[in-house]
Amino acid sequence: MTSTDLAQGRAQVHHGSLEALRRRPVVLGLLGLLTLSVAIVAGVALGTVAVPVAETVAILAARLGVPLEQSWADTSETIVLTLRLPRVLTALVVGLGLSVAGVTFQGLLRNPLADPYVLGTASGAALGAAIGVLLPIQIAWLGLGLVNILAFVGALAAVTVVYRIAGGGGRSTMTSILLTGYAVGSMLAAGLALAMYLSGSQLRQIFYYLLGSLSGADWQSLALGLPIIAVGSLLILARARSLNGLLLGDETALHLGVDVRRERVVLLALASLVTAAAVALAGLIGFIGLVIPHIVRLVVGPNARLVLPLSAIWGAAFLVVADLVARLVGELPVGIITAVIGAPIFVMLLRRYRTAYQL
Amino acid sequence: MTATGLRVDIDGLSLRYGSAQVLAGVDLHIAPGERLCLVGPNGAGKSSLLRCLTGLAEPSEGTVRLDGVPLAEIERSALARTISVVPSQVELPFSMPVEDVVLLGRIPHENPFTGQSDEDHRAADVAIRRVGIEKLRGRDVRQLSMGERQLVLVAMAVAQGGRLIVLDEPTVHLDLRHQVEVLQLIERLADVGLTVLAVLHDLPLAAHFFPRLAMLDEGRLVADGAPADVLSPDRIRDVYEVDPRFVPSLAWNGSP
Repeated sequence: MTSTDLAQGRAQVHHGSLEALRRRPVVLGLLGLLTLSVAIVAGVALGTVAVPVAETVAILAARLGVPLEQSWADTSETIVLTLRLPRVLTALVVGLGLSVAGVTFQGLLRNPLADPYVLGTASGAALGAAIGVLLPIQIAWLGLGLVNILAFVGALAAVTVVYRIAGGGGRSTMTSILLTGYAVGSMLAAGLALAMYLSGSQLRQIFYYLLGSLSGADWQSLALGLPIIAVGSLLILARARSLNGLLLGDETALHLGVDVRRERVVLLALASLVTAAAVALAGLIGFIGLVIPHIVRLVVGPNARLVLPLSAIWGAAFLVVADLVARLVGELPVGIITAVIGAPIFVMLLRRYRTAYQL
Repeated sequence: MTATGLRVDIDGLSLRYGSAQVLAGVDLHIAPGERLCLVGPNGAGKSSLLRCLTGLAEPSEGTVRLDGVPLAEIERSALARTISVVPSQVELPFSMPVEDVVLLGRIPHENPFTGQSDEDHRAADVAIRRVGIEKLRGRDVRQLSMGERQLVLVAMAVAQGGRLIVLDEPTVHLDLRHQVEVLQLIERLADVGLTVLAVLHDLPLAAHFFPRLAMLDEGRLVADGAPADVLSPDRIRDVYEVDPRFVPSLAWNGSP
């Protein structure tokens, strides 16, 4: 066999494996939905007090309108519907939102290392939350505490400042926006450090927010966060075409008919809104927004029309599972779990697909 | 399969950035199916002319008309279905199979909600075959050589389906074999009826592969016609300020 034959043979193998991957989006989607369903039931059934799976399913089914006679204890119903279901659904929504925002930021900034927090949302939200903890007033608005409200506002304010300073409306490049994001983020981090220094006994509360947790989830905050994340994610999905065009750079995207300036602003705004809602619900949960999009891209390639919905499904499933683990090991901050589970999976995938996927 | 090329009429085109006059009263008319190459020194205004033509820059004065319709009246998405621009190089942030990159050329045709149709996939297939890169179809575009990548970008532009193909220095970074390969491909595209407008720095190659050259200098059109007329030794000396003997094929043409 000559070296040319070898090279051709290798090209064919490569070609064949990619052809096989092409059929995988549907499989990956169905597998994701299955995983998500199992995770939801497990998340609701398991905890300090375990509710039998059959009973959990029956309670959920009855709630969804299936005519069933009540065969379970009232306490089970309270645990399932009032305590666990809102928490599981919040995990689902936050995981979905962070993954969709991650895909959007990575595509928009053309940077594989971008995550939903890259433009200052994280530090803005953290500072907002810290101020919320420190202010000696108690406000509850539509069931949201001051911490959640200020985290949401802080995240959006940080992105707005970054965008304004970088002159986002003009001919600024995405690189300058990215660098401004880091600069503003550092400023806000200094503010956060000061707030933590001054917080005294409330330090633990701020710290808890920084590590991310779903322990505060309830129906009211979910009812506010869910529509923002759901509508924002759908609007991003409707712009998958622009996100694909922007992969090629601004000029080429323009030549392909993408109104680059408008699409960039709209996508940045939507992704920031989704991120802000997610951090207001659950604090700073890292890793998901960075890694889930990459894992999905490894399998189906970078077409945003596939990567967005698949990342949404798998991000949701991943956070539901991670939160369940966090609860089972004694209410650890879920951000620790996402990193501990996610990082090794990511490294493994990178090693396995090293040739097909260069960062 | 034949296509109908686009007619381009550029009249009195001027472009100023601040006090810098980049283009000054350029008139250029390109017939459907014609193959024209813009030449001229760096900073002559070649790229600026392309930017005005493709809607990236707004002329300070003058008009550009496509099939008689003023450019200003054409929507960006409609323009993207009319003119295909081959980028000189593209850096993708993620690895992507060649086929998917070619499909990106279909963005102006895609339904924003349902995505690529069968027709989009067919058009990408036709483009891949026409450019002759069937073997690269499943390869990661980031692992290809510069020459192969350039062919992929041409295929993307073909899939885009414009009736005018614009190429800004498509052979830069390529070795001689790939330069010739790309230029032969451009010839074939004109053969099916598309209008082709390219910018090349290599005068001998431009003279060989294009029946008509237009030379720009300091924002003005200084010559327009057959290569032998445009690239006269005097003009080379005036415009490029070099001895014409440094342009080998012209020297050969001059002394058979």
